[in-house]
Amino acid sequence: MNTQTLDALKIDAVRKSYGSLQALKGVSFNINRGEFFGLLGPNGAGKSTLISIIAGLSRATAGHVSVLGHDTVSDFRAARRLLGVVPQELVFDPFFNVVDMLRIQAGYYGCGEEVWPWIDEMLERLDLKDKRHSMLRALSGGMKRRVLIAQALVHKPPVVILDEPTAGVDVELRRTLWAFMRDLHAKGTTVVLTTHYLEEAQEMCSRIAILDKGEVKALETTSALLGRSPFRFLRLKLGEGAALPDGLRTLVTSEKDGVIELKLETAKHPINGVFTALRNAGAVIEDVHTREPDLEDIFIELTREGAVA
Amino acid sequence: MNPNQRGFYTLLKKEVMRFWAVLGQTVSAPVITALLYLLVFAQALKGRVVAGYDGIDYTQFLVPGLVMMTVIQNAFANTSSSLIQSKVMGNIVFTLMAPIGPLEWFGAYILAALVRAALVAVAMLAVTMLFVHLPLHAPLALLVVFLLSAATLAALGIIAGLWAQKFDQIAAFTNFLITPASFLSGVFYSVHSLSGFWFHLSHLNPFFYMVDGFRYGFFGHADVPIAQSLLWITGFFLLVSGIAYWMLHTGYRMRK
Repeated sequence: MNTQTLDALKIDAVRKSYGSLQALKGVSFNINRGEFFGLLGPNGAGKSTLISIIAGLSRATAGHVSVLGHDTVSDFRAARRLLGVVPQELVFDPFFNVVDMLRIQAGYYGCGEEVWPWIDEMLERLDLKDKRHSMLRALSGGMKRRVLIAQALVHKPPVVILDEPTAGVDVELRRTLWAFMRDLHAKGTTVVLTTHYLEEAQEMCSRIAILDKGEVKALETTSALLGRSPFRFLRLKLGEGAALPDGLRTLVTSEKDGVIELKLETAKHPINGVFTALRNAGAVIEDVHTREPDLEDIFIELTREGAVA
Repeated sequence: MNPNQRGFYTLLKKEVMRFWAVLGQTVSAPVITALLYLLVFAQALKGRVVAGYDGIDYTQFLVPGLVMMTVIQNAFANTSSSLIQSKVMGNIVFTLMAPIGPLEWFGAYILAALVRAALVAVAMLAVTMLFVHLPLHAPLALLVVFLLSAATLAALGIIAGLWAQKFDQIAAFTNFLITPASFLSGVFYSVHSLSGFWFHLSHLNPFFYMVDGFRYGFFGHADVPIAQSLLWITGFFLLVSGIAYWMLHTGYRMRK
């Protein structure tokens, strides 16, 4: 089979039910080879359920998933050898030290001593070199997270899923991790990221799917997603004693230290109109900034109650 | 070695390394416990004649039963404790996400349990043979009974480990099934010394055939013919192995 032309991940009408609860309601999308893909959504959206199905930890009620053309059920061995998953939970085996655990993990995937230099490189890159012979149970949470990342990458999978890899970790590890993932991505690895830190997704991912209540609410390139918002934000600092006219009060999203932020619908509220209203009210503008919506604004817009994708 | 074989070998090695890391708890402790049984019972019942075992004193009679009882308990403990620990700690995901099929999983866990059971058995025999003379009548039968019995209990441990969701449930399985059935399997007595009901009930206990068959390997005679013991043990092995394999294949209580 020529895997060069295939999607890295193909998710086809995947449903998952737990009794009457439908965690996934027929989710379908593809992730291209070499993409840095973001899978976002609020808690309970179905992200982890979908990742569990891809990883083989959970079985779909209906639908199929394939990794580089290999079905994760009927051809599970090939699919799993092509996939590395960093689980969300901080799990570890207390009986082993770091290097033994990585060698065991490599062996599960059919790899032997030929990956030991790669293990050494990962220990170096993830700042685990000094912890090589430390027992896993003796490591801090951040160190355990690094080991989990190394475990997922030990068999050099062409597709990597990171399920909230930076949850609860310090800035240093985030930087280390993202530098490492950027390198891997540059060498052709497909990376799928779920995170609640939306600025990370905005910075790293070229395409994003937003999942909510078991459905795909949006699936676009990051730039298209950012550009689809009909809003922009205007921050104003008014002069001493100046008040915002009543007509603009409904547009206020935040007010802090005298700085007022207005959410303007581009078609309905031209900036010029805001300035005219302020001038007519006799308000003096001391400072002004505009801000384009970021991923967090889009995310909130798409996942709020009653939102239409 | 192809990738599937390497996956199997690694899982086997990991399971052996797991109990090896706590050898004092997994091998030394059960050997010492069994030797204490031997010391106490042999002292208390010294000179007792065992019905149907002419020329064999009670201490000699006791040793094979104690070895098999320890094998039974440790083969079960190895697989059941490994699985429940992995499930409770959450690290079972590493095996679940790996390209390891149910047959490799089953084989690796059974073989690792056999290694532990063999270590326990050899350690016990090595120590007791310093004090007790044991003939070796049928080494092949001895080996077959040992392998089948330990593999059966390892498979039962897989069933218990997959079924249980907390340590209490494994303890209940051990305390209310494995320990009573192994104690009442004729380790300390010949079933011919039992009255009608208990005599017949003993013949429904698969552990009885394991102990009796193992004893045959040493002495050349036992409470029931060796063929009957082998038939029972093989049947029980196939039954529990089939269930354990099905549970691994379906991901019972592992893959949601």
